[in-house]
Amino acid sequence: MYRGKAAGFLSGIEVGDIVEITSEGKMFRGVLMPRNELADDLHIVIKLDTGYNIGIAVGDKTNVVLVERREPAQAAADVEIPVDPNLPTITILGTGGTIASKIDYKTGAVAPAFSAAELHAAIPELSSVANIKTKMLFNILSEDMTPGHWQTIAREVADALNNGSDGVIVAHGTDTMGYTSAALSFMLTGIGKPVVLVGSQRSSDRPSSDSAMNLLAATRVAIADCTGVFVVMHATMSDDYCLIHRGTRVRKMHSSRRDAFRSVNTLPVGKVTGEVEFFEDCGARKDGKVGVSDRLEQKVALVKIYPGMSEEILKEVVKSHRGVVIEGTGLGHVPADVLPAVERAKALGVPVVMTSQTLYGRVDLKVYATGRRLLDLGVIPGGDMLPETALVKLMHILGRTSDQAAISRLMQTSLCGELADVSRPDVFLR
Amino acid sequence: MFPGLMCFYGEKIMKIGFEIHQQLDTKKLFCNSPSQLRDDKADFEVRRRLRPTQSELGVVDDAAMKEFLKGKSFVYQGYNDSICLVELDEEPPQGPNEEAVEAALTIALLLNARIVDEIHFMRKLVIDGSNTSGFQRTAVIAFDGYLDTDEGRIKIPTICLEEEACRKITGDDNTTTYSLDRLGIPLVEITTDPDIKSPRQARDATLTVGELLRATGRVKRGIGTIRQDINVSIPEGARAEIKGVQDLNTIPRLIETEVERQQGLVEIRDRLVEQEIHASRITSEIYDLTEIFKNTESKVIKSQLKKGRVLGVRLRGFAGLLGGGLLGREIAQSVKVHAGVRGIFHSDELPAYGITEEDVSAVHTALGTGEGDAFVLVAEKEGKARKALEAVLGRARLALKGVLEETRMARDTKTEYMRPLPGAARMYPETDILPYVVSEELLTRLRANLPETYEEKETRFAKNYNVGRELSGAIVRKGYAPLFEELAGVVKTLPLTTVASIILDSSKHFMAQWIMPDDFRQVIIAVDEGRISKEAVPKILEAVKSGKTVDEAISEGLGGGVDLESLVDRLIAEKADFIKEKGEFAVKPIMGLVMKEARGRVDGKLVNEAVKKKIEEFLAQ
Repeated sequence: MYRGKAAGFLSGIEVGDIVEITSEGKMFRGVLMPRNELADDLHIVIKLDTGYNIGIAVGDKTNVVLVERREPAQAAADVEIPVDPNLPTITILGTGGTIASKIDYKTGAVAPAFSAAELHAAIPELSSVANIKTKMLFNILSEDMTPGHWQTIAREVADALNNGSDGVIVAHGTDTMGYTSAALSFMLTGIGKPVVLVGSQRSSDRPSSDSAMNLLAATRVAIADCTGVFVVMHATMSDDYCLIHRGTRVRKMHSSRRDAFRSVNTLPVGKVTGEVEFFEDCGARKDGKVGVSDRLEQKVALVKIYPGMSEEILKEVVKSHRGVVIEGTGLGHVPADVLPAVERAKALGVPVVMTSQTLYGRVDLKVYATGRRLLDLGVIPGGDMLPETALVKLMHILGRTSDQAAISRLMQTSLCGELADVSRPDVFLR
Repeated sequence: MFPGLMCFYGEKIMKIGFEIHQQLDTKKLFCNSPSQLRDDKADFEVRRRLRPTQSELGVVDDAAMKEFLKGKSFVYQGYNDSICLVELDEEPPQGPNEEAVEAALTIALLLNARIVDEIHFMRKLVIDGSNTSGFQRTAVIAFDGYLDTDEGRIKIPTICLEEEACRKITGDDNTTTYSLDRLGIPLVEITTDPDIKSPRQARDATLTVGELLRATGRVKRGIGTIRQDINVSIPEGARAEIKGVQDLNTIPRLIETEVERQQGLVEIRDRLVEQEIHASRITSEIYDLTEIFKNTESKVIKSQLKKGRVLGVRLRGFAGLLGGGLLGREIAQSVKVHAGVRGIFHSDELPAYGITEEDVSAVHTALGTGEGDAFVLVAEKEGKARKALEAVLGRARLALKGVLEETRMARDTKTEYMRPLPGAARMYPETDILPYVVSEELLTRLRANLPETYEEKETRFAKNYNVGRELSGAIVRKGYAPLFEELAGVVKTLPLTTVASIILDSSKHFMAQWIMPDDFRQVIIAVDEGRISKEAVPKILEAVKSGKTVDEAISEGLGGGVDLESLVDRLIAEKADFIKEKGEFAVKPIMGLVMKEARGRVDGKLVNEAVKKKIEEFLAQ
């Protein structure tokens, strides 16, 4: 928060306190605001009565006086959440980021609103769709998510589904949502209800956030007659409808747009306006205990090939991992210079799966000589699988078996719709 | 200027302040899109909704949430080559644009303000759709400025740099359509204290600020690029923010009508209080009176009845208060804004519009109204009529409070109700933009390159152009310095004092933007070249104002006549030897000389005849 020079003027004063700062002949009065950890130590930020923040430079003659201690924050009002016995019940699992936010206009702080009551206040329409339970699992940025977190989420999802929830929503940061959705797809066994991952591309403190609409759409999918793991996000730049993507086929294809999530090499399985509409058969709800096949081999790497790449990189990876997914060029190639590293993988019994950095289309290792050489070295063609999905799948399979033939067979078999044996002409760049 | 008004209110009682919003002529504040307005067909549209956010206590504004749940949505139109993902709220903001910050700081320095050490952009929540994000980004950049006018100093407590909102294209109850072209254009907001002493000072101050803004050379010019809101209140009144002031000359009159309006509302309130009319007596019942008007002679009502009904409300104690304009008009405007209904009938104006005496008494009977009570009728589709009458009741109740804080739109010299003044701004930090440290180096550079102040300019004009302190002062303070300087570089023989006088005498034409600088330059050049007399300038300008070009106006003889006879006589006398030598062949060269001096003010044919005749006479002698 405040450090160095600025902190020297603030002893005994806390963020939120009302202060008077005299600087170069002018007195400013306002609420002491927090300071960005990367900002310099030469300014103190206060919020003026008008609501504006300003930074005041501290100098030798600066004087800061505490006027009034911050009032203790009032407890949030207890809101009755309507429970309708005729509505299905879903569980929302929080993993980080915010679905809804509360803004403290006094200090400018944005706090997450996640309890069922808080969600009800922010998105009252939710209560007419389903009864909501919420559980915060952890609060991390999605780039900090690890396979260990996927395991926790999978167990919690299974737990909720086995304890009366008609569907589960996993609120997730968008950066790595595709990895988690693929992981849950592979790990949950005997699933007979929908599990929906949802996030937002615009933070939930702003009125224009896509968060509420995505969550409402996810809720509708979570109570729909379908089964499996899905991602539900905005379909277009407008707030008109959301698309339902299969958890193993979806990828964040834009760094910031609302409609960043796209199904790759396949079409979305449905859309949500007011109602849920499925474009293909997504299974029917069924009862039964959901299991978790949660063993993951975490020593699996995803390596992108590029011109002039040093063989050493891949060699190092092969040496220190139990499996490697390569994002090759085009149909699934690597430079001839890199081939020795692949040979080494074969020698060490480290399975290598080939995917393509074109993302669209399938790999084919028999068309060119390099490909045939790779096949010869035991490289497993990843078909039209997304590289990220292949990574997660290889972790999952290596967690179950070390039999090379079984690994190769399973990697080339669709377990959760992650592979298709036909290439539709209408799915490119959609 | 308005002695009656000033005497009545005294000089210090009425409170007037203003806010000026000036667009800067740079790229957009938070992205690199051009600040360009367009009227060609948009390339794309997106439709969005804005959900009210909750405060730290988990409270969501009820009315806002209701409006949202009704499905209010916004359509944004954009262009692929001049709008980017930032305006679409599909990408985090960049910047702030360095050029815009420097221009804004320059303006602040010219207004003698103290610059903020570190600028923090805030998000000010606005959910009317005019910002795609749901908030406007705004920052205080300076404090404690001031402006000196003839009638004293006006304090400028804050200067802000913010982003322009979207440009509204159309709107109805459910959807508002905006163009994204204006969103993000940098805007400097200059707010004065309410210490302006007279309507005239208000106008002069806005003029002065306008000149100062233009002096920076970094602001946009033209209609809509500068907007001045005027805040007016009287004792017992309330702050009215008047938007949409186009012609600065109307400011004194606008303020005067606003003062009258507030005074009128205070009087109405006093009368209601005197009659012991309390809010509880204005009951909420809405009556269906369609039966009474089944066979009405009123064409208006008859045509409305085809699709709707006649509903009415009673207003106890309001008889006589609705007629005569003020409250009736306020209610009608409120109905228009809140219900989109354009016509109401109130008892003070009836019988009229084909509504008969019998109709009126039937309504009175149905409503149970007695002497001293009024009623209001609306003939419309039922839902709309109800909404309209709810607005009527709401506005009538507010009449008990007298004057309300509200935003009003200037229409010529009158104002119209727009909406209640927004409550305290809900602001929180824009965390996508880093704080901007205003370095000492930057300030030193900006100070060294400040455009001339008025004082400096006045002195320089008086000295360099030799026009005297008084004329130069008037030219500079009234905002004609750039025009004068330009003309001073153009004229060849005309004394600059004359140029200055002509500019000042023509000021009414400029202020209303009837005359463009280019036209005016042509007129001055015409005077300089002797094609028109300086006395003829007002006539020429009037003609230009009515749509003629300067040349058309001059060739129509508005530039003052030429004494053709004496001109020809003079030239023949000057060229006597030449004519004697050439005889009749001198006609053409002499005619050329005459035409040159007459400069198109006389018809060539007439010149030809006159020269021919005079030379013949001369040779005959």
